[in-house]
Amino acid sequence: MTALLDLQGVSRNFGGVRAVRGVSLTQRQGEFLSIIGPNGAGKTTLFNLIGGQDVPDEGSIALDGVPIAGLAPERIAAMGLARTFQHGRVFATMSVRDNVLVGAHHRLRAAKPRVPGLGALAELAVALLRPPSVAREELALRQEAERIVAMFGERLTPRLDQPAFSLSYANRRRVEIARALALKPKLLLLDEPTAGMNETETAEMAGIIAQLKAAGQTILLIEHKLDLVMRLSDQVIAMDDGSVIASGAPDAVRRDPAVIEAYLGHSALGDASAGEAVP
Amino acid sequence: MHSFIDYTVNGLIIGNIYALLAVGLALIFGVSHLINFAHGSVYAVGAYVGWTCATLLHTPLPVTMLIVVVVCALLGMAIERIGLRPLAGTARIAPLLATIGIALVLDQILQIVFTPDPRALASPLPEWRLRVGGGTIGALDLLIAAIGVTSAAVLFGFLRFTKLGWAVRATAQDRDAARQMGVDTDAVNRTVFAIASALGGLSGLLVGMYFNHIDPSMSFQATLKGVVAQVIGGMGNVPGAIAGSLLLGLTESYGVALFGSSYRNLFSFVLLLLILVLRPNGLFASARATPPEPLTGTLIAPGRPLRVPGWMVVAAIIASAALPLVPGIPYVLQVLTNAWLAAMLAISLTLVAGTLGQVSLGHAALLLIGAYASALLALDRGWPVWASIPAAGVLTAVIGTALVAPAFRLRSHYVSIATLGVGEIVGLVILNWESLTRGPIGVTNIPPLSVGPIDLDSPERGYWVCLGVLVLLGLMHARVLSSHLGRTFRAIRDDDVAARAYGISLDRYKAIGFAVGGFSAGIAGGISAHMYSYINNETFTSAVSIVALTMVILGGMGNLLGAVLGAVALTAIPEMFRFTAEYRMLIYGAVLLVLIRFRPQGVLGTV
Repeated sequence: MTALLDLQGVSRNFGGVRAVRGVSLTQRQGEFLSIIGPNGAGKTTLFNLIGGQDVPDEGSIALDGVPIAGLAPERIAAMGLARTFQHGRVFATMSVRDNVLVGAHHRLRAAKPRVPGLGALAELAVALLRPPSVAREELALRQEAERIVAMFGERLTPRLDQPAFSLSYANRRRVEIARALALKPKLLLLDEPTAGMNETETAEMAGIIAQLKAAGQTILLIEHKLDLVMRLSDQVIAMDDGSVIASGAPDAVRRDPAVIEAYLGHSALGDASAGEAVP
Repeated sequence: MHSFIDYTVNGLIIGNIYALLAVGLALIFGVSHLINFAHGSVYAVGAYVGWTCATLLHTPLPVTMLIVVVVCALLGMAIERIGLRPLAGTARIAPLLATIGIALVLDQILQIVFTPDPRALASPLPEWRLRVGGGTIGALDLLIAAIGVTSAAVLFGFLRFTKLGWAVRATAQDRDAARQMGVDTDAVNRTVFAIASALGGLSGLLVGMYFNHIDPSMSFQATLKGVVAQVIGGMGNVPGAIAGSLLLGLTESYGVALFGSSYRNLFSFVLLLLILVLRPNGLFASARATPPEPLTGTLIAPGRPLRVPGWMVVAAIIASAALPLVPGIPYVLQVLTNAWLAAMLAISLTLVAGTLGQVSLGHAALLLIGAYASALLALDRGWPVWASIPAAGVLTAVIGTALVAPAFRLRSHYVSIATLGVGEIVGLVILNWESLTRGPIGVTNIPPLSVGPIDLDSPERGYWVCLGVLVLLGLMHARVLSSHLGRTFRAIRDDDVAARAYGISLDRYKAIGFAVGGFSAGIAGGISAHMYSYINNETFTSAVSIVALTMVILGGMGNLLGAVLGAVALTAIPEMFRFTAEYRMLIYGAVLLVLIRFRPQGVLGTV
């Protein structure tokens, strides 16, 4: 069976800075893979390369066996990859509901008739005429959006029609994850989903991620909170200075001297204490 | 007989003048990331101050130059104080729109004070000319070259060797860091505006002397040329601005030599578009540099839009439809007919600039395309008017979208510059494509509105046609906005990176948005043509684009009803007070300025 995500020798330089150097990794369907590493290790750059926001200078990236390096992000999204952003990129003036519905954009079928060459025109015509199939599809997606939002309990449901800019930081992160789920991704990339959250909120988010994992969702996670990583991951990759310094089972990576060195050598350890990182 | 050397010298002299403008624009963009659309107005003010000194006060040239420099420097500081400083921390497009408002106000004040008639501004320099090869160089040419080189050298020395110059460069690189290090960034902005405006005013004086001609309309062309030169050299790049100016001057000069003077501006705007599309960071930027604008061009002030209940809208439409039944108000009907036409353009622009976030400064060009399409179909192809107008809508949608398509990958300011350039190109093509458009003569005897045998040429019927079409177009827009397209457009506006990450193709949806907007504007242009019976390339100028933008901001960006409200208000209010044309533009400028400053979300709120 081919890997769902396969990176071989991926590198990206910014001027003289080698942000990502020769990273290779594979992730199987249903596997939970986490990337840890100090700030500036190149984790988010790696996400940008996978998501198509950036293009690698060297190496290959394949999603489900199809090479995606250099493809436009919208094409990669349509292939079933959804991501969240480290600092949160919700659509600020749009309601929570519409934010989530945008996530389902590539799943629109009735609203986006496949007419070769004239797809945009057909899409406009269908939006104006609005045949029953389109109305049905929209209604179904709206109900699905509400179901996804309901996963976050009472945090988001009462705010379905509020604009995203009025939400708390933690709620905006939740909206982003809800939006990603609406894409029904084959592979879900989460970039520090619990950044800026307090302990209760982090525990809640961990519960939701565990629930997604149990439902069979393939997840690639960047996270600083090591206890969360250790609890959920099937496999962990540690990065420092753009390179992979260790990979394997969570416990093995945690004990790896290079990882301990990278963390203790740098001051940044996220919210996890040194005692948790070094057994 | 003009020689190659003459054209070269001429190109370099013109380029030198553009450089004085472009350097100022580049300095301002460098420290404040603002395209100062009032720069051309400062240049015109410089020319008029120079004219006043030389003609009325009979001051010698050095004194005239000194007065121009001082007055324009003060004016620049005032622009910074009004247009930039109060808007710190708002959307980046806000100060740009504020400077457009300032430009309107300054230009109209010039027109009111000095009348729109051109004035002669004779050069007091001796008449001798130096022979160089096959051409000649005059004293004024040398003065312009000397001032260009001197200002460049002084500027270089200032930026390089003085403490304030360091502060300017530090501010340009990182405003927040500069401020933390104790740099007074407001003082830096003030200084930069003063220097830039002094150079701009000087340039206005020199151009006036060079052509022995000044008039208030010189301002807008100057802004455009300065912006084009700056884009060529790379925004905010001072040496690049000088090189870009010389290149622009030479291109224009050789272009004129080859094709004639009516092609001068066409060359600059085609060059502008080529640069924007191929090298948006300028000729001298490295190829893979990331675009300097991380933000999309929105003017969306967070807030909740006012909800207008449906019955009120229906009631307003019924009341409007019943208005012609009231006897004895032909003037009101005429004003409101104009308002309905303006509203068609405004709903088009509110979709493109508000909902889709692409702040177009060339929207009037769509009116031109629609007007010419319908008029020519009716006259040259014998189409009935009821068929030519919808056809004009479709043609405008297709042509308009195709023209802006190369600019789809641009963001923020660059979209505004590109649409401005496209708008100018449309006007110039109409002017020069005589076999199709009849060139500068315009199109006459356009048949009036009618459907089959039913003549719609009375004021009441014209009113009903415009109101009816507006309602239909409004319903079409509302339907688009309430479909998945509406949220897709807004997603692009709010964050195009995130939108793409969720499968939204920017090209496709920008094309759909521009096509819908182009259709409505094209219909408006078509109806106008048949109501006016005469059109030419200046029937809808860039001023119309700016007024439409003011209407849209007044109503609330992206707000369909707001656009109609803004159109009615800005058409009717000046009429109510019977202002003359100059004062009307002054009011539009002032309204734009006040709105940007105090109520960027407009009356009904942004959507």
